[in-house]
Amino acid sequence: MSAQAPVPAKMSRAQRAMRFVLPVIVFAAGLVAWELVVRIRAIPPYVLPAPSVIVLTLIKDWAVLSQSLAATLLTTLEGFVAASIGGIALALMFNQSKWVEYSLFPYAVVLQVTPVIAIAPLLLIYLEQQTAVVVCAFIVAFFPVLSNTTLGLNSVDRNLAGLFQLYGASKPQTLRFLKLPAALPYILGGLRIAGGLSLIGAVVAEIAAGTAGAGSGLAYRIAESGYRLNIPRMFAALLLLSLAGIVIYGVLALVSHLVLRRWHESALGKEN
Amino acid sequence: MVASSSSSAVEASLTALAVSLRGVTKVYDNGVMALGPFDLAVRKGEFISLLGPSGCGKSTALRIIAGLGAPSSGTVRVARHEGEVQPRRVQPGHGIGFVFQEPTLMPWANARENVRLPLRLAGMPKADARARADEALASVGLADFADSFPRELSGGMKMRVSLARALVTDPDILLMDEPFAALDEITRFRLNNDLLALWRSLRKTVIFVTHSVFESVYLSQRVVVMTARPGRIQADIRIETVEPRGEEFRTSAAYSDYCRSVSAALAPSYSGRSTL
Repeated sequence: MSAQAPVPAKMSRAQRAMRFVLPVIVFAAGLVAWELVVRIRAIPPYVLPAPSVIVLTLIKDWAVLSQSLAATLLTTLEGFVAASIGGIALALMFNQSKWVEYSLFPYAVVLQVTPVIAIAPLLLIYLEQQTAVVVCAFIVAFFPVLSNTTLGLNSVDRNLAGLFQLYGASKPQTLRFLKLPAALPYILGGLRIAGGLSLIGAVVAEIAAGTAGAGSGLAYRIAESGYRLNIPRMFAALLLLSLAGIVIYGVLALVSHLVLRRWHESALGKEN
Repeated sequence: MVASSSSSAVEASLTALAVSLRGVTKVYDNGVMALGPFDLAVRKGEFISLLGPSGCGKSTALRIIAGLGAPSSGTVRVARHEGEVQPRRVQPGHGIGFVFQEPTLMPWANARENVRLPLRLAGMPKADARARADEALASVGLADFADSFPRELSGGMKMRVSLARALVTDPDILLMDEPFAALDEITRFRLNNDLLALWRSLRKTVIFVTHSVFESVYLSQRVVVMTARPGRIQADIRIETVEPRGEEFRTSAAYSDYCRSVSAALAPSYSGRSTL
């Protein structure tokens, strides 16, 4: 018995390492194949740039691209913050009053199911450009926060709710000590989705705005480089966007883990 | 010995009653009659068990006493709270401690914070409340686990935390809804003994809901046997033995005699109709 115990532990450690190593190997292999195909068949960079060319472009154009990255990230952040505050606040209102929920929820759904790419041009007509872009990011990102928070607020343990009632908790007390902590895992899940979505919303709006002539975000760089057939720069900007998305997700996942690690199932080790 | 006593002597000394229910019924929205008519008189400091088959309305009766649900008809009287902690608002559960079937702890808070909750809701200053929470935890033998989170505790320990939380406001009446039903027998026996010790030192009125004949006889001064739905009183059996009770009572002939007569009183409830 005691001799068997370490073996699965070792295997799972190896397994964990493999989960990290294998995707990296696949990625590296893909890059090498890509590089080889481009070199052997002598494909010109304006058709398909080699990975090495993309990296060189990224370094060469860093001044322009970093500025665009900063612009896009700022838009994303503003949209994300607005979506978080708006989504949570609306969910709290829904939770306090059924009438508010009945009155407003359908419109939240309508906002969610209407493709944002179709709303963006309209917003650009009525709003200042930067505002319109942020509003787009907000529209895309706020619904998951709203629906997750609502779900969380409604998932309170019935007996715990009874306990609060027994001890005469006021509404604000119940909200603060019971409903919000109980909803926290759901809220954090919603925020994790909203982080990625606000980046998407920002990019969509930038592309829509870019065709109108102005803008400086990464998506605008992609559109602009496309018109100029500067394909390596398109790829470089795309690479940055992708990395930004990964970082946003990683940061939010980390925050979620740190907040929940003491008590929530999702953050606990499997050995427990 | 085995006396059926819902006698007028008990009814007469109304002042000494902690809880009194008269003609209480509960009809659910779907028309199911869950309880009653149900009469119950519990004297101050008494330890009684409500014993009955699943779905007989014993938990419903307990929730009505706690003020967590309103009766469909009948009157409920609960003696006024005389403990020192006075919640700011007059509330249904005034002076009542409630232990649920599950530990019902907040998973995001450690044991101390869970126990402190009732005091926090009553607006007690933090330092005082923490001291009392630690005291309550010590009284259930968990002084060293104040900083542990519920997931780090065993089932029995969680139940102890739950018990400490019910005791922290120093209520006059302790309502327990099948609190040890989900625990293994060894843990349950230990908790039974600890509960009896606590009851002897604190002299609270305890109403203990259970579906275990053996547990009810071991713990209580009176076993109230309920019928299947709608729950009514089938028998009211007084358990008299040498106090304080201990493990020797659990293995005594008197104990098995009481268990036999309680089981006999319970038999009509589970023969015939199925209520599950």
